[in-house]
Amino acid sequence: MNTPEPFAGETAHSPVRHHILSVLVENKSGVLARIAGLFARRGFNIYSLAVAPSERHARFSRITIVVDAESTPLEQVVGQLDKLVNVVDIWDIAPRDAVERELLLATIATDVSNRTSLLDILGRAGASIIDVDPGAVTVMLSGTPASCDEFERALEDYSSVELHRTGRLAVPRLGQELTSTERGLR
Amino acid sequence: MQLTGAQALIKSLEQQGVDTVFGLPGGAILPVYDPLLDSSIRHILVRHEQGAGHMAEGYSLATGRPGVAMVTSGPGSTNIVTPIANAHMDSTPLVVITGQVATSSIGLDAFQECDITGITMGVTKHNFLVRTAHEIPRAVAAAFHLATTGRPGPVLIDLPKDVAQSTMEWWYPVGPEDYDLPGYHPLVDLDEADVERAVALIAAAERPVLYVGGGTLKSRATAELRAFAERTRIPVVTTLMARGAFPHSHELNLGMPGMHGVYAAVTAMQRSDLLIALGARFDDRVTGRTAAFAPGARVIHVDIDRAELGKIRQADVAIQGDVGMVLRALETAGANPPRLDTWWSEIRSWQATYPLTYDDEPTEGPLRPQHVIESLAANAPAGTIVASGVGQHQMWTAQFWPFEEPNSWVNSGGAGTMGFGVPAAIGAKVGRPDRTVWCIDGDGCFQMTAQELVTARSEGIPIKVAILNNSYLGMVRQWQEMFYDERYSEVYLSPDLPDYVKLAEAMGCVGLRATTPKEMSDVIDEANAINDVPVVVDFRVDASEKVFPMVPAGASNDDILVHPSQRKETR
Ligand SMILES: Cc1ncc(C[n+]2csc(CCOP(=O)(O)OP(=O)(O)O)c2C)c(N)n1
Ligand SMILES: [Mg+2]
Repeated sequence: MNTPEPFAGETAHSPVRHHILSVLVENKSGVLARIAGLFARRGFNIYSLAVAPSERHARFSRITIVVDAESTPLEQVVGQLDKLVNVVDIWDIAPRDAVERELLLATIATDVSNRTSLLDILGRAGASIIDVDPGAVTVMLSGTPASCDEFERALEDYSSVELHRTGRLAVPRLGQELTSTERGLR
Repeated sequence: MQLTGAQALIKSLEQQGVDTVFGLPGGAILPVYDPLLDSSIRHILVRHEQGAGHMAEGYSLATGRPGVAMVTSGPGSTNIVTPIANAHMDSTPLVVITGQVATSSIGLDAFQECDITGITMGVTKHNFLVRTAHEIPRAVAAAFHLATTGRPGPVLIDLPKDVAQSTMEWWYPVGPEDYDLPGYHPLVDLDEADVERAVALIAAAERPVLYVGGGTLKSRATAELRAFAERTRIPVVTTLMARGAFPHSHELNLGMPGMHGVYAAVTAMQRSDLLIALGARFDDRVTGRTAAFAPGARVIHVDIDRAELGKIRQADVAIQGDVGMVLRALETAGANPPRLDTWWSEIRSWQATYPLTYDDEPTEGPLRPQHVIESLAANAPAGTIVASGVGQHQMWTAQFWPFEEPNSWVNSGGAGTMGFGVPAAIGAKVGRPDRTVWCIDGDGCFQMTAQELVTARSEGIPIKVAILNNSYLGMVRQWQEMFYDERYSEVYLSPDLPDYVKLAEAMGCVGLRATTPKEMSDVIDEANAINDVPVVVDFRVDASEKVFPMVPAGASNDDILVHPSQRKETR
């Protein structure tokens, strides 16, 4: 599974290149391997992937897969995913129809010289400090992927930044029609 | 009723109506082989697990029922991966049971441990690792349901030894609601609007072709196909996987399309203005260079697997559905093309100019392989089932054997697995003991799985094997001759090593040989007269014979090479 380059330049001004598949799967061992294996053997790229138990917790998990819409034959991906027996439902969400959020954690080395400017950046981004010690802080930002990108860029000037992002989660905007493969569950 | 997991497995197979299991025991599957002794199920002890898998495939292709194979863990399970992959490519329903090390040992590199569910993830429709004996009936019922519904395919059940040894209270699922498959919905409703759009395309077509694939056989839609074709008089091509789906002798049948297809079939598709693809998947061996395939054709694509729709060729009307159901809907809607007289006269002229052909053979031999096949066919009882390996002999069989009925052609299409023929023929004969079963094999292929003739002899399965012995890996030789300046690299096998007659005899079979046309007709009679033991005939055929027509790999179907004797004529 190749991870493509980030969607550079994907901002409010330039066209959106990614696409979101929100996949409800049975919570069984090996399901993630089945999905990852399918993407790998068919040459589809995953940009980011987030997995966690779903609303129907014990039995199902939700996997949010972000793919590059330009290099990925979406109908093929959905069709092939739908054939995996453990895949229960696929929401195929275009970014314009989605509310997307991502969580970013960053550990930054701090000293007296940079503390003020850092606090300034945190304040502007709406990030919060979740851990501190004399030489470093760990901060958290949850927001749109674009705001996480922006925050990441703002941190570029700081040395020793350890950065973790969850990958996007997305839900359809309220009132949106949505293509779903689900047939008769519930 | 308390049963062991092993007993529950056998009882579950009985519940599914399984009459035959092909397999070979070993440590991890040992518990299951004990209750097998008390079961009505016939077990066929193979000599190599690959044989078990191909036998199960042959059984399924000849009967339309799922084939079942059972092997042990580790190497037993990896030995059956090739047939599983083969069945996956050809959508053949199989249920394969593999032993596994005890659950407490999984992940610890125990003796003969192997992650077979991981290995086969990409080549099964689905697989299960069963963790408790209670789950066994559900796993078996679900496996058969998955293997046989929707787009069929192989399903693997991995059964740890301790699960087979533990006990459970017997139960059996009543129906699909009990299978715990919330993500599996093989039945799809037809969209009437799609049918109407298809009817409109058919009504507007002047050069339509029915492009019939293996899915038509899987859907058991051959009667519907015939009714539809006869009423509309649309020409029919049957792919390698669909030979027998429409009678070979039928006046509407143009034969096989593709890389080694009949000129008229290939060209009719190329010039078509409407392809009606029925359970076909626009395989590269059919389309040639896809960008140049049937450039003027609109496409109605019918497939039960929605992922096939638009995978290779965008369809104008894509219908996810069972081929039989869609054909019935088209019949009800009265889909009718306008007059096809001009189209047919064009096609008839291609058929007349470029029929399948081959040169006469010298009276002292060597034989023409095509002549051998035609002679075998001419002397075979109606309903004979034919299996083959992979290579030139397979293509000649697909071209020259007149397949009249569904399930009479047992062949490895999508994977092209050498060594498929002999075990698949054995499986076919087990499934259809009333039928004569010929395996038309290559000398190379034969050497890959010939040892299963020992199985055939000891289990009393009298198949007939015709080796088209050209002393070469002939298909590869043909490519080297045509595309690598006759630089032959690692393709020579020798006609006499092994001595196929002695080899056959050593395996308890009758061994025969023919070099001249006269000997050929004699040995065919002799072989046909033997019905108690397997027969192997070593037909010495011309090593330089090539398969024509041929569309070179990656070329457009317009660049089809016909038989040399036909090349001077103007097209
Ligand atoms: C398992 C496997 N290995 C290699 C190949 C590649 N291959 C395709 S046809 C062929 C030659 C087959 O030789 P033979 O059985 O003698 O048949 P012939 O073409 O001579 O009729 C080979 C090596 C294959 N299809 N399958
Ligand atoms: Mg050969």
